[in-house]
Amino acid sequence: MSLSHFELFGLSPKFNIELATLESNYRKIQSESHPDRFVTAAPVEKLQSMQLATLANEAYQILKNPANRAKYLLELQGIDAIAETNTAMPLDFLMQQMDWRESLEDAKSAKDINGLENLLHEMQQEAKLLQNELGLLIDDKQDYVSATDATRKLIFIDKVYADINKAIEQLEATL
Amino acid sequence: MAYSDKVLDHYENPRNVGTLDKNDPNVGTGMVGAPACGDVMKLMIKVNDAGIIEDAKFKTYGCGSAIASSSLVTEWLKGKTIDEAYAIKNSAIAEELALPPVKIHCSVLAEDAIKAAVADIKAKQLAKEAA
Repeated sequence: MSLSHFELFGLSPKFNIELATLESNYRKIQSESHPDRFVTAAPVEKLQSMQLATLANEAYQILKNPANRAKYLLELQGIDAIAETNTAMPLDFLMQQMDWRESLEDAKSAKDINGLENLLHEMQQEAKLLQNELGLLIDDKQDYVSATDATRKLIFIDKVYADINKAIEQLEATL
Repeated sequence: MAYSDKVLDHYENPRNVGTLDKNDPNVGTGMVGAPACGDVMKLMIKVNDAGIIEDAKFKTYGCGSAIASSSLVTEWLKGKTIDEAYAIKNSAIAEELALPPVKIHCSVLAEDAIKAAVADIKAKQLAKEAA
């Protein structure tokens, strides 16, 4: 039972994966391991089907999210992309992070939903660029060092993205 | 998650939030980040000619523990020499704030921010001597 998450869904371990294949194979495993099918099964079979369902769910959550997928691919290479002892990031990227965070705070206090949506759009663009880069670095070049940097950046971007979304939701709720 | 009283105190009343003039030759800037929480921390120190830190300011975007860690170190830094500052360990920060194990990395971030700020001021001093 030491299949990688990719093998579980019949995928090759790549950053650019067929999302449709991931989706359909995930659904297949979920339906095959559904508890309803094991009502009269032996306890050991019930347990196994439940474990498979849990594993498939975890693996699916990891693979469908680009940042998590990249992080997992690096783990398969023995790299911990978000090691706590690694706090050095390119200075220009950190400056950029600060700017985005400041813009987020400003737009939030000015209740500027348009500004927040522009910022959200900017994050989407940044994320897309990093995802293209990751496909190239991991799948084509096997350059895991640069891929680690790009993954760390993508995790940051996703965090800002989520925080902007949260701010928009909060503002909309008060309108 | 439950924050300790000290974390809450620094989080609710952060000390020394702001920036110093980054172009001042006596000001060192340290910038670090941790993807795990998406934290970004900027720490600025102003050092006088005797090598004593006169002022410290920070700006941190992140969780309560990251904000508290940076707020606390700005208090600790004032009056210290840059070598004393460099010797501050994350374990001391974590202990003072009673950080839980999952938040230890916030204190690592603060320690690394100090080291980066000290490195920056040393680089500036060397450049000044060379000029």
